Amino acid sequence: MPPILEYKELKKYFTIGYRGLLKREPITVKAVDGVSFAIHKGEIFGLVGESGSGKSTVAYTTIGMYRPTSGVIEFQGESLFTREGKRPRHIKKEIQIVFQDPGSSLNPRRSVKEILELPLSIHQPAKKHIGRVAELLEMVELPVDYMYKYPQALSGGEKQIVAIARALATEPSFIILDEPTSALDVSIQGKIINLLLRLRQEFHLSYLFITHDLSLMRNVASRVAIMYLGKICEVAEASEFFRNPKHPYTQMLLSSIPVVSEEEEALKPKRVQSRGEIPSPVNIPSGCSFHLRCPYKMDICPRVDPQMVDTGSGHLVRCHLYPAQTENHPAGEQVIT
Amino acid sequence: MTEVTGSWASGLQGEAGHVALADWQELQRRSRRENIGRAWYKFSRNPLSVAGLVIVLTIVLLAVLAPYVTPYPHHAGPFTDFANAKLPPNPRYLFGTDTIGRDILTRVIFGFQDALLMGIVVLALVVPPGVLLGLVAGYNQGTWIDTVIMRITDIFLAVPPLILALAIASVLKPNLMNSMMAVSLMWWPWYTRLVYGLTSQLRNEYFVKSAETLGASKAHILFREILPNCVSPIFTKMSLDMGWVILIGSALSFVGLGVQPPKPGLGTMVADGARYLPDQWWIPVFPALGIVVIVLGFNLLGDGLRDLLAAEEV
Repeated sequence: MPPILEYKELKKYFTIGYRGLLKREPITVKAVDGVSFAIHKGEIFGLVGESGSGKSTVAYTTIGMYRPTSGVIEFQGESLFTREGKRPRHIKKEIQIVFQDPGSSLNPRRSVKEILELPLSIHQPAKKHIGRVAELLEMVELPVDYMYKYPQALSGGEKQIVAIARALATEPSFIILDEPTSALDVSIQGKIINLLLRLRQEFHLSYLFITHDLSLMRNVASRVAIMYLGKICEVAEASEFFRNPKHPYTQMLLSSIPVVSEEEEALKPKRVQSRGEIPSPVNIPSGCSFHLRCPYKMDICPRVDPQMVDTGSGHLVRCHLYPAQTENHPAGEQVIT
Repeated sequence: MTEVTGSWASGLQGEAGHVALADWQELQRRSRRENIGRAWYKFSRNPLSVAGLVIVLTIVLLAVLAPYVTPYPHHAGPFTDFANAKLPPNPRYLFGTDTIGRDILTRVIFGFQDALLMGIVVLALVVPPGVLLGLVAGYNQGTWIDTVIMRITDIFLAVPPLILALAIASVLKPNLMNSMMAVSLMWWPWYTRLVYGLTSQLRNEYFVKSAETLGASKAHILFREILPNCVSPIFTKMSLDMGWVILIGSALSFVGLGVQPPKPGLGTMVADGARYLPDQWWIPVFPALGIVVIVLGFNLLGDGLRDLLAAEEV
């Protein structure tokens, strides 16, 4: 089955200023630097990374806020970026986004009804929308009389639910969730996640779920990718990803998830000391960008950027510990299976 | 999906749907009343802003009803009564009479008419283009559109309004109309600057990004998403500016470029009366107090609106 969304060598660089007085060299941030992956229909694809790793840039490029520097994104085989620059309306309808900050994603001067009517009036003009607005509120389990409320009268969780309803309004097949729960209380996080899972079932949606919360991914995602400084380190099925992480960065992240009980601790991979911080994307380290923080650093790492390698059953790793065609590397054995 | 749609569509077509719709409208009315009530409560907590509102409303009412509430309406025009000239304040003429025997109280109240007219006309001329340019420049921040609009704005800001009004009035006929035009010409850049600043922040909000990615038109984004979020600061500035414009109008009248005699202009009355100081002090002092009160009223009201805004943001 062809993927619903496919990223091919996507790159997005930002020019943030200029260096030098006479010879003006642009200072670029390589926010996304050659990202390739595919999302299949019905899948919840988790994209995980620290702040500044470029995961939101992937989302914003997908939704059309940015044009890629190079590379393509294909939606069901159709490129999202035509030469004319304008994205066709039928594709805009299919791909929607839920932003991270529910406070900023709803206009404080517009009622819930007006907010939900906007996508409807764009994609189905010349129609009465009040029934559909009520239906959308039903779908996300909000009382219908919330229609005339203004965002300031809603809680953070309710605002996010309205944002989800807005994303559903155009009947999309693919929704980008850009850290949809990170600004919310833990108790509400669960509610939102359950809602999202139910909606996916009901409307056959596919999600690109962006987060920095790995333990959330464990329960939600069907496949997970880890991003570091604009590049993907590892992609695997969720179960495989958490049981058998291969990239040192993944191991580091997984071992730093805080847990409560002994049993949970036993499930985690062996402790890999987390050290250092993500470097500035303006000054990306040479070779493998992770080598400054990597506990298994080898001579080759600062010189050569590793290639993505399939270590079997779609488990992709981009690390010199896994040269092409080789499996069962020592580093893999350090992981508790 | 279709199941849900079906059940709802049928529900809305039935009687129950209509009842519910009426209920929602009732709910909308109620929540609007609640919002207004809350805003008024906050506003009324500050006695100074309430005083400003009372002053402004009183002056507006007096100006509109001037022919009916003033003791001697015919004194507003070319009327002379030399027998009663230069009378100090007394029970018949509360503010005294001027050099040709006209009631100063009557003339001050009629003077409010042109003062308010000046403020209203100038703001009506200034706010729409100023706001529109600010929206367009702010939304296109960083492009050539921004550069062109904002540099022109800067040029206009560099000219002092009073001096330009003097220049225009000396070239054209000195009257209220021309001085209003002159002040308007210099005043719109302040609104452009205000709205520019707000818009360039608002355009990065996710709700604007969301409307953009949904495919909303530029007009929708500017007037439906961004403008409603600028309305409160604009109103605050308008209220404060009313005071300023009236002050400038009075200054123009004072130097003889605004309201022309025999119509009563507050500034003109102060100018004409100034030479009778200090013996016939009431001739210039009461019109001057009129200016003070009207400007003070609008400033207090503006401050109150600004505080209301600040409280809303918390």
